[in-house]
Amino acid sequence: MTTTTTGAPGPSPADADAPAARPSPSGPGRGGGWRQRAVPYLFLTVPVGLLLLLTYLPVANMFWYSVTDWDGLARSKEFVGLDNYVEIFTDPDNVRVFYVSLYYFLASFAQMAIALYFATILSFRVRLKNLWKGILFFPYLINGVAIGLIFLNFLKPGGGLDTVLLATGLDSLVRQWTGDPDIANVTLAAVSVWRYTGLNFVMFLGAIQSINSEIYEAAEIDGAGRWHEFWHIILPSIRPIVGLSFILAISGSLSVFEIPYVMTNGGNGTETFVIRTIWMAFNRNMVGLASAMAVVLLAIVLVVTWVQRRVVPEEEVDLT
Amino acid sequence: MFLHQRRARLATASTAVAVFALTAACSGGSGGEENTSGEPGGSITVLTWRTDLVEDGTFDDYVEQFTTKYPAVTEVKVEGITDYEGEVKTRMSTDAYGDVLAIPGSVTPDQLGDFFEPLGDLAELEKEYRWLNDKSFEGTSYGIPVVGNVQGLVYNTKVWEAAGLTDFPTTPEEFLEDLAALKAADPGIDPLYTNYKDGWPLTAWEYYRGGVSGDPDYVNEMVTWDDPWADGRDHEVIDGLLYDVVAQKLTEADPTTTNWEQSKQLLGTGKIGVMLLGSWAIPQMQQAAVDAGGSAEDIGYMPFPAQANGTFHATAGGDYNLGINVSSKNKVTARAWIDWFNHESGYSESQVGLSPLIDGATPAALADFVDQVELVQMNPAPEGKESLFADVDTASGIVTTDPKFRQKIIDDARSGARTKQQVFDDLNEAWAKGRADVGA
Repeated sequence: MTTTTTGAPGPSPADADAPAARPSPSGPGRGGGWRQRAVPYLFLTVPVGLLLLLTYLPVANMFWYSVTDWDGLARSKEFVGLDNYVEIFTDPDNVRVFYVSLYYFLASFAQMAIALYFATILSFRVRLKNLWKGILFFPYLINGVAIGLIFLNFLKPGGGLDTVLLATGLDSLVRQWTGDPDIANVTLAAVSVWRYTGLNFVMFLGAIQSINSEIYEAAEIDGAGRWHEFWHIILPSIRPIVGLSFILAISGSLSVFEIPYVMTNGGNGTETFVIRTIWMAFNRNMVGLASAMAVVLLAIVLVVTWVQRRVVPEEEVDLT
Repeated sequence: MFLHQRRARLATASTAVAVFALTAACSGGSGGEENTSGEPGGSITVLTWRTDLVEDGTFDDYVEQFTTKYPAVTEVKVEGITDYEGEVKTRMSTDAYGDVLAIPGSVTPDQLGDFFEPLGDLAELEKEYRWLNDKSFEGTSYGIPVVGNVQGLVYNTKVWEAAGLTDFPTTPEEFLEDLAALKAADPGIDPLYTNYKDGWPLTAWEYYRGGVSGDPDYVNEMVTWDDPWADGRDHEVIDGLLYDVVAQKLTEADPTTTNWEQSKQLLGTGKIGVMLLGSWAIPQMQQAAVDAGGSAEDIGYMPFPAQANGTFHATAGGDYNLGINVSSKNKVTARAWIDWFNHESGYSESQVGLSPLIDGATPAALADFVDQVELVQMNPAPEGKESLFADVDTASGIVTTDPKFRQKIIDDARSGARTKQQVFDDLNEAWAKGRADVGA
């Protein structure tokens, strides 16, 4: 290293030594400290560089596209101000996707109720507890596309569900589960419930298990039944988690994607926000408008996350 | 201090290099030496949407024949792309989209010159080739179609014969009666299959416009009308048929569960009577019929059930057009590939399509169809109005080449939420608004 310094054509050795000779405010060993302090940053440059390049730059680009009329191909983009954002909330076809989200939002209440029901039962002494837990959580581990395909075959006319209904004499209940426009969204929301109940269940169960068992004992001594235990002990103790699930349900119901995309491709009035965004960008070649939709979704998720932080302080979440 | 600074700088530089190398690795493509000799030679990259032909070795044969003819060509790299439209569109934001490629449908006429090398004067090329209008702009051609399609209906001949039907229906009403007869002969079949869920097969309905009336200027006139869905106009006939056929329950019972791959097999085995698809679908359906134990003869092709002046008309046009990347380093070889592909590869015949060459052969499976039907080639838009149709189409929110509004028609026909007349009124209103917005 010394050779490189002395061999360098620029500064003379004397010059190079000069700063080191000067009294340094941080005292001896400053060079080594600098080196040590630089190490983490050196390690950080690569991942942060990639992150900037592959995440932040595209997102910044997306913000820029969202105020242009870009078609995804043209070499020039025209600035259109907030026109795209206005269109998202005024075009009736665009607004309709929010209405579809309502189905999923309402379904999330059923989902929470089912999850809470099972979590409560399994928090008591039950045989084969871990098996039941595994069974209930399993759907959440399956890929969304696979779930879509499974239910596609299960619900198609003459598929699994119809066969079961016919075999049990419930012929009158058979219908086109995704083909009937009145129930198509209900069907898809139900599939979504089937998939995500396991996640809610695990969250609730974790919260319930963190309740001190002495409280139950005390309650039992006071003559409380199972219902009382649930209503007066379990529910109040896990209220933050219920609140969290509720907030997640809001952003979740807006970003529903795989299940309706695979099962109906957004047809028959089942188009969701994300499906419409993709369709706008890649079928209609309106990348500007689609970017604006993506920005809106991002904004909604950010707001919801912020509210979630306010409603459920981080420490309480960690307890679970 | 210098040392540390230098090391830090080195680290930053190497990071930058690593990042750059990563991105470069992603975008590597056409590459190769620049060919300045004026003769075909060196290497080219060909992008194709026919991944099936890449896999079964057909393209290997093409490359071999091509390199035999031009021994100076060292390499023809064929890239088959599954999501052709989407992927190529993304790649077109760089320079690395091969040397020869099919022009994606989303490129508007006025953008052609930005991305593709002019192939020559339209008037000059038209002496040799057909259907050049699509990919031409202001008298210059940027692409040559690999094969020509005619727009008709692909049907299962056995099913139709079993119902005692031998003549092509000449009116939509007769067609509906025929479909009802198919259903009566075998209640287990779907007389007509829309492929609603996949969506894109529904865009085929759009290309009967101009064929119903036999008017090659239909599209150019459409931008001057406020009511293309008025009584008797092509769109009214086409979409009216769609509404009626669904409302009369002559289509698949649950359209949300349709499946394109499966539909081929269902048509091949006679579980479907007819599907409305361009002639490009014929070889796929024949294959499906053969695979299911039938024969290629089970698949027939009929014109859209409407006649003008006592004759069937069908629009004919180019399939994908081959063009040359404007930043290609080997344009001479790229051009040689396009010319060779159209003249000597035999591609169009193998695809049961019409040759893009004016004096090209007609394949056997279409001979019967071509005998009875007058082919219509749509006229180009007048000078200065090349993008007017697309502008009105987009501004109206209908987008005739997008399956969405026909899916909506099917929804309404099933649920009865809107009557046929209401559907047409809404479409006319949207179209008129689109015209007003664009100032047509």
